Amino acid sequence: MNPVLSIQNITKYHGAYKALDDVSLDVHAGNIHGLLGPNGAGKTTMLRIINQIMEPDSGTILLNGEILRPEHIANVGYMPEERGLYKSMKVGEQAIYLARLKGMTRHDARTQLQVWFDRMGIADWWNKKIQELSKGMAQKVQFIVTVLHKPDLLIFDEPFSGFDPVNAELIKNEIQQLVSEGATVIFSTHRMESVEAMCDHVTLLNKGNVVLDGTLDTIRAQHRSNQYEIGLARELQLDALAMLGTVAPHASFTPDDVQSIVLQLSADRTPAQLRSTLAGATPDLTHFKELIPSMNEVFIQAVSSHE
Amino acid sequence: MNKLGIIIKREYLTKVRNRTFIIMTFVSPLIFVGLATVIYFLTSSNSSDDSIYGIVGDTAGLDLRSIDDVQFTALDPQADYTDYLSTTSNLDAVLDLTSLADPVLYSKQSPSLSLVGAIENRIGKTLTAQSYQSAGYDMAELDALKRDVDVRIINETGRETSRAASGIKAIFGGAAGYLLMMFIIIYGNMVMRSVIEEKVNRIIEIIISSVKPTTLMFGKIAGTTLAGLTQFGIWVILGGVLFTVASTFIGVPLPGEQAAAAGGDLVGNREVGLAFNEILSLPLANLVSSFLIYFLLGYLLYASIYVTIGAAVDSETDTQQFMLPVILPLILAIYVGFFSVLDDPHGIVAVTFSYIPLTSPIVMLMRIPFGVAWWEVLLSIAILSATIFIVVQLAARVYKIGILSYGNKASWAQVLKWIRSS
Repeated sequence: MNPVLSIQNITKYHGAYKALDDVSLDVHAGNIHGLLGPNGAGKTTMLRIINQIMEPDSGTILLNGEILRPEHIANVGYMPEERGLYKSMKVGEQAIYLARLKGMTRHDARTQLQVWFDRMGIADWWNKKIQELSKGMAQKVQFIVTVLHKPDLLIFDEPFSGFDPVNAELIKNEIQQLVSEGATVIFSTHRMESVEAMCDHVTLLNKGNVVLDGTLDTIRAQHRSNQYEIGLARELQLDALAMLGTVAPHASFTPDDVQSIVLQLSADRTPAQLRSTLAGATPDLTHFKELIPSMNEVFIQAVSSHE
Repeated sequence: MNKLGIIIKREYLTKVRNRTFIIMTFVSPLIFVGLATVIYFLTSSNSSDDSIYGIVGDTAGLDLRSIDDVQFTALDPQADYTDYLSTTSNLDAVLDLTSLADPVLYSKQSPSLSLVGAIENRIGKTLTAQSYQSAGYDMAELDALKRDVDVRIINETGRETSRAASGIKAIFGGAAGYLLMMFIIIYGNMVMRSVIEEKVNRIIEIIISSVKPTTLMFGKIAGTTLAGLTQFGIWVILGGVLFTVASTFIGVPLPGEQAAAAGGDLVGNREVGLAFNEILSLPLANLVSSFLIYFLLGYLLYASIYVTIGAAVDSETDTQQFMLPVILPLILAIYVGFFSVLDDPHGIVAVTFSYIPLTSPIVMLMRIPFGVAWWEVLLSIAILSATIFIVVQLAARVYKIGILSYGNKASWAQVLKWIRSS
């Protein structure tokens, strides 16, 4: 299947500084694609290029198989990290204005806005000015104007900043709802827990280069460190385990407690061997799991090894 | 409606619906008329109470009654004038006419020059009449033999003009030039603030993900231009109505009426009629259309610079250091206009500055009432347009980068770097 968005060999300089260095990546339909990276990695530059705010110095971008053109802005919804609204303009009027700039007719914009305002429970804000709203309230309006024109591709840069946990959850559910209705999402953030909760695919940028790219599962699998956590209800002779690998030092065992051991399996041992060892030796096994690195750890590891 | 239209409409409505705009538009003509009225009354009642002048000596045949603001009272010639001018005296001055050929005025304060002139005039007339009489002439006969002459001034088109014509032209030209400067400054600041607002509110990135930065920039400039024209239009209508109403109800004579009142004993009614003809025969359509053309072009040029400044800074307080290069040519143009153009509209300085793009809108506008060859106007417009073409492109470059640069220490060096880098 053709990707919704295909970025091919994009290079972009800011003056003498190379913000993006021959970057390529594909975003597939129906995915929530995480665009990660430390500050200065080139994420915002990339998003601005996709939104045609900037032009790349070289490279090609295809949206639904077509070379990106000005008309395509109607197919893209963008919520930038640096975002805001006209403070002294009324909510409804402002939302209609922004929707019309995306190519909607006044009538369509009004109809859609009423649907969304009802859905988000803010119908009575229509005639309020943004300066009368709290930051979180304004962010809701901001979210609506991003998605109102039903774009194929939605781009969120740090979407949860400015939201309290309740509203962040609400927005997260709305994003997932939009994806289930057929939208594709690019999601740029520093918050790894939301990446793990939401993303299907992840691209990690560092200093203008793609450091990691793949589905969340693949990336984590690539970063498996062959560590296992074993939970035991009574003290165990560790000799058998020591033959399989290195056992991390652990706290002293007390009765009625569950002992948790972290085992780093030797490269020449398999998880199957561990399992059979445990099956024979420890009838009081409470749990046994592979320690899969969090995206946070993957992120830090990938960035630091790239430097 | 295309996107440029949508932006222009929003920019226009935002400006026009703004409370300050409404107040400024409808209250400033009131303030202006109010000020004019106050100034009129202040001028006409400038002189305090009538002064009281004592007269010593022979006043036979001397007519001092018609001298304004002074009451004359005869004094006992025996007393010394110093007594009359003592602090307790209510006399302001003593006119000693003991010898009419050598009058002396003793005064507590310096009398106004016009008053002294008037007194000299009356005494001179009396002395002249006396000497004519003693030489055996009859004053009445001599008066009958007097002749007045008016030189008629006819311009190159064969039309008769008034001596007041230059003054009228200067007033029209000066007012147009000054108004243009005011509009450029007021609306330039307005468009600059609106650029800064979008940066400060952080809505800019959302908008330029929908439209090109240049579209937004032109939309802003066009929207404020239309707002400016709206205000100008309202002022013209409102000002006219208010002046008519004011002159009818408060009794302030219109400038024409004033001239007519004064005309009787100064230049004669024919001159006044000609002055009116002069106003009516000024190329008014030409003046209004030149004002609109130079307002549009001049504003476009300066608005591009204002937009550049707005894009380069993070807040309005940062704009101070950029303002001087904008205000300087405007002030220069006004000075050149008032000192060179009004003195000699076709002199080398006036002509040169009416071609230099940053000053030409104001200076040329001031020259036009005096009659400027069409090719000169065309050349000035051509130079101005070419400059605008270049400046707008440079402004667009800076704007594109500037609006997305937060937290920069803005400077002209930075702006030049942005121009070069794009």
